[in-house]
Amino acid sequence: MNYLRGAFKPACNISITFTDGKNRKQVPVKKDNGQMVMNPLFHSQETIAGKVCIEPYQGKKVEHNGVKVELLGQIEMYFDRGNFYDFTSLVRELDVPGEIYENKAYPFEFPTVEMPYETYNGVNVRLRYVLKVTVTRGYAGSIVEYQDFVVRNYSPLPPINNSIKVRSKLSQFPGSLSLFILNPFALKPLLASDMLNSFGPLLDVQMEVGIEDCLHIEFEYNKSKYHLKDVILGKVYFLLVRIKIKNMDLEIRRRESTGAGANTHVETETLAKFELMDGAPVRGESIPVRLFLTPYDLTPTHKNINNKFSVKYYLNLVLVDEEDRRYFKQQEITLYRLKDESS
Amino acid sequence: MIADDDEKWLAAATAAVKQNAFYMQRAIDSNNLKDALKFSAQMLGELRTSKLSPHKYYELYIRASDELRSLEMFFRDETARGCSIAELYELVQHAGNILPRLYLLCTIGSVYIKSKDVAAKDILKDLVEMCRAVQHPLRGLFLRSYLAQVTRDKLPSIGSELEGDTETHMDALEFVLQNFTEMNKLWVRMQHQGPTREKEKREKERNELRDLVGKNLHILGQLEGVDLVVYRDTVLPRILEQVVNCKDELAQCYLMDCIIQVFPDDFHLQTLDVLLGACPQLQPSVDIKTVLSGLMERLSNYAASSVEALPNFLQVDAFSKLNHAIGKVVEAQVDLPASSSVTLYLFLLKFTLHVHSDRLDYVDQVLGSCVSQLSATGKLCDDKASKQIVAFLSAPLEKFNDVVTILKLTNYPRVMEYLDHDTNKAMAIIIIQSILKNDTRIATADEVDALFELIKGLIKDFDGLTDNDEIDEEDFQEEQNSVARLVHFLYNDDPEEMPKIIFRIRKHILTGGPKRLPLTIPPLVFSALKLIRRMRGGDENPFGDDTSTPQKILQLLTETVEVLADASASELALRLYLQCAQAANDCELETVAYEFFTKAYLLYEEEISDSKAQVTALRLIIGTLQRMRVFNVENRDILTHKATGYSAKLLKKPDQCRAVYECAHLYWAEEGENLKDGERVVLCLKRAQKIADAVQKMANASRGASSTGSVSLYVELLNKYLYFLEKGNPQVTGETIQSLAELIRSETKKAESGAGTFITSTLRYMEFQRQQEDGGMSEKYQKIKMEWFE
Repeated sequence: MNYLRGAFKPACNISITFTDGKNRKQVPVKKDNGQMVMNPLFHSQETIAGKVCIEPYQGKKVEHNGVKVELLGQIEMYFDRGNFYDFTSLVRELDVPGEIYENKAYPFEFPTVEMPYETYNGVNVRLRYVLKVTVTRGYAGSIVEYQDFVVRNYSPLPPINNSIKVRSKLSQFPGSLSLFILNPFALKPLLASDMLNSFGPLLDVQMEVGIEDCLHIEFEYNKSKYHLKDVILGKVYFLLVRIKIKNMDLEIRRRESTGAGANTHVETETLAKFELMDGAPVRGESIPVRLFLTPYDLTPTHKNINNKFSVKYYLNLVLVDEEDRRYFKQQEITLYRLKDESS
Repeated sequence: MIADDDEKWLAAATAAVKQNAFYMQRAIDSNNLKDALKFSAQMLGELRTSKLSPHKYYELYIRASDELRSLEMFFRDETARGCSIAELYELVQHAGNILPRLYLLCTIGSVYIKSKDVAAKDILKDLVEMCRAVQHPLRGLFLRSYLAQVTRDKLPSIGSELEGDTETHMDALEFVLQNFTEMNKLWVRMQHQGPTREKEKREKERNELRDLVGKNLHILGQLEGVDLVVYRDTVLPRILEQVVNCKDELAQCYLMDCIIQVFPDDFHLQTLDVLLGACPQLQPSVDIKTVLSGLMERLSNYAASSVEALPNFLQVDAFSKLNHAIGKVVEAQVDLPASSSVTLYLFLLKFTLHVHSDRLDYVDQVLGSCVSQLSATGKLCDDKASKQIVAFLSAPLEKFNDVVTILKLTNYPRVMEYLDHDTNKAMAIIIIQSILKNDTRIATADEVDALFELIKGLIKDFDGLTDNDEIDEEDFQEEQNSVARLVHFLYNDDPEEMPKIIFRIRKHILTGGPKRLPLTIPPLVFSALKLIRRMRGGDENPFGDDTSTPQKILQLLTETVEVLADASASELALRLYLQCAQAANDCELETVAYEFFTKAYLLYEEEISDSKAQVTALRLIIGTLQRMRVFNVENRDILTHKATGYSAKLLKKPDQCRAVYECAHLYWAEEGENLKDGERVVLCLKRAQKIADAVQKMANASRGASSTGSVSLYVELLNKYLYFLEKGNPQVTGETIQSLAELIRSETKKAESGAGTFITSTLRYMEFQRQQEDGGMSEKYQKIKMEWFE
């Protein structure tokens, strides 16, 4: 149980228990201090019920102006730490003002709560759900107790899930090697993956990028949308190889953008680095891709959560040549949580 | 320096493998799957090194793959404990690095197949596909080699599970073929990566790795279900496709050899055209002769080892296919050195001899092909090629052990023509030796012709080749001696054929030139004389006056020996004339015999000037003449007279003396009744004695050391007297002998006798004859009264 102690010695001990707490699935959550704690897991539209027990210490009495329990859905930006934006707030008054002399339990219930967003712990942003019990007191300051819980929401199977096919000529810009390496695919293709995702499968995406006669590959992932326990299958086909490739990796990158407009803050982290190929292929080689998503700590793709933040995922295909120059090509994928998952 | 670094890196990597293996083992012991996977992946991570040479990398690989065996066991135990193998199969794929991931995948994959939870073919297909991810040649080769190794014992079990299910066989087959294909690609690619200056080193390294690739073919060869049909329709075409398309010399050479060695003989036999069809498509630099010769050798052995296989050879017409293929190869590879092409034909020939020893036409065909090939290159100056041709030509000799068979091969001499002079001779000698060794009779004139055509290198000088001066005299003698011996093997009992043979031999031998004739004509002459003697002995000339009368042959011999006389071998010619004369005598051809004598005398007079030679020649003449029976009195007188004349004209007195007393025999023929002219015998002896007296006088005058010489002359004379006495010459009287004996005695007293023993023996003989009881002899000896005897 999570105790939150005030500056003063608390007059009482508050505990929050869920009705089905013993049977409910617990998932690990990383706290601010890095510790992992287990929190109960809920889904949107579930009824959240339980009871709040208030136990005064050693016959002390607790005077109060009322006891309430709130269910809060909060977004916290790390550059604005401590300032929570509540997108969901439900309140249940548990007691009228009075005094508590002995242990007292208050049952509570929030029926079919709408919890549209998933719990999220990012680099710059956190989205959390919490039950907050407040024993309101006048002069001595209110006694507050929090109980975090985790919300995860399943997505239905995406109706359209076409494969990603990219045919790409990776090559060096004339005269300026470093420019190219710093800005690979500077010529952003007309058809970004966003379009792919929004317009659906009607288009077989073919992209021509860069300048010819150096590296020409075609790669294909079996889907554009993956659930979290999915496996990415695909292949990389080498049409033209004029550089000495050392190896090829597939990275899963998370792009978290917070804020809006001019204040948009983007943070990208590489969650997975998975070697696909060792050595230099020759023209005509086809390298299989099989990446299990299970081992990685992924979340579904989040789009514009309450106008506060977005989380996007990308597959980044990286080729490294013998002089450690990197050539890469990034494709967005959509991650979603599938119902029949065990977690 | 580099090797040192190599060592160091290997040591470091090995240590890391050991350490991780230790942790892995500990995790296994405590059933900690997660840690086992972690440490095994770390251990396998050592195999990602690019620093080691293939040799060192192999050591490291062996160490790591050894350790993986316990992991495999662990996986098996885990599944037995209820762990889902499918989950494990996924779990190992979480490894971040590709190489450890794939090693682990192969390991668990093999367990998966064994568990039979899943169709083996799916796993095999998955594994072989996933391994594509390693494109680094060295690492890829070892990874795939590991794959082949861990799945190897599982492949047959696929078949045995579902007996007779060809589809499963095909799956396993497909798997091995694909793995082979990929490995070969990697292996070939190795050659083209890295700097050009290290090309040789790379080639060497690649060569060390070849067995990794070849192992797949071994597996294929042992795979159940690979029967002839599968092999013909699937295995072979697929392998050959790889071999041809990889366009790599090393690979092509090695893999072709592998194919030939790995798969059963009858497969090769039945797919001969496919296999051979690939040969011209190989790179020009490929040592195709080794490949093909390996194949032919195998087939030869196969044919030799199993008699039942022979019909198959005929059925598939193996010979013409091979012949055709070689033709194609030779045609396709313009730069093929002559030695290589000859080697090819050599092996084809060996094959033919093994398999179709009854088909002489095949053998001839091979020779013909070789000829047409050689005609493009012209005469061979290349040592290696010459050697090969000698081997090539010797093969049928060794096989048949019968030159007569060889003579039927029309192309045989044509091949020989391409040899240079020396080799040609060497080959000719081999042929002759074969004849001598095997006691082969060359029994027809045509064969003789053919044979001489073959050995003409020995028989005559080549046009435009004036290297005669360099020929070692001893070798030359040796060669011609062989030819001489050969002549005696050209023999037929048929009196009709034999003269023809003689004529042919003569025709060939006469081309030999002055250096050869003295060595080659004598055997010819004697062979002819032998024939004459036989003709005389056998039925007398059944065919009237055709060429084969003794007369004709002798006529021929006259001409032949004449050639010899012209070639400044007069002594030899003289001897031969005398031999011929004797033969003529035996045939009772007086004029012919006289002719021979005439020729001999002429030679004596004109050509033989050396006094020693004269002595010898004269002795021969006398000896021969003494035996002649055909001459009438007149002819004989002329010849005898002439011979006596010659004797008296010899240079040295002792020689004169001896020659003259020899002449005495000419008047006393053993059997000829009408030829016992005792008077002239004694006359001769007297004359000889006079010469001896003269010698003695000269000796006394000089009082030299040679005094004994004349005494021995006297003793010799005494012996002659005794001889004629015994023969019953009435003119030889006891007094004559007695006085001679006296003379000897007095002469021995004067000077100490060097001829003492001779004298003593002679006297003892006389004494012995006197003592004889049986009358005849002793009676004759009684006539001699000598003091010595008392």
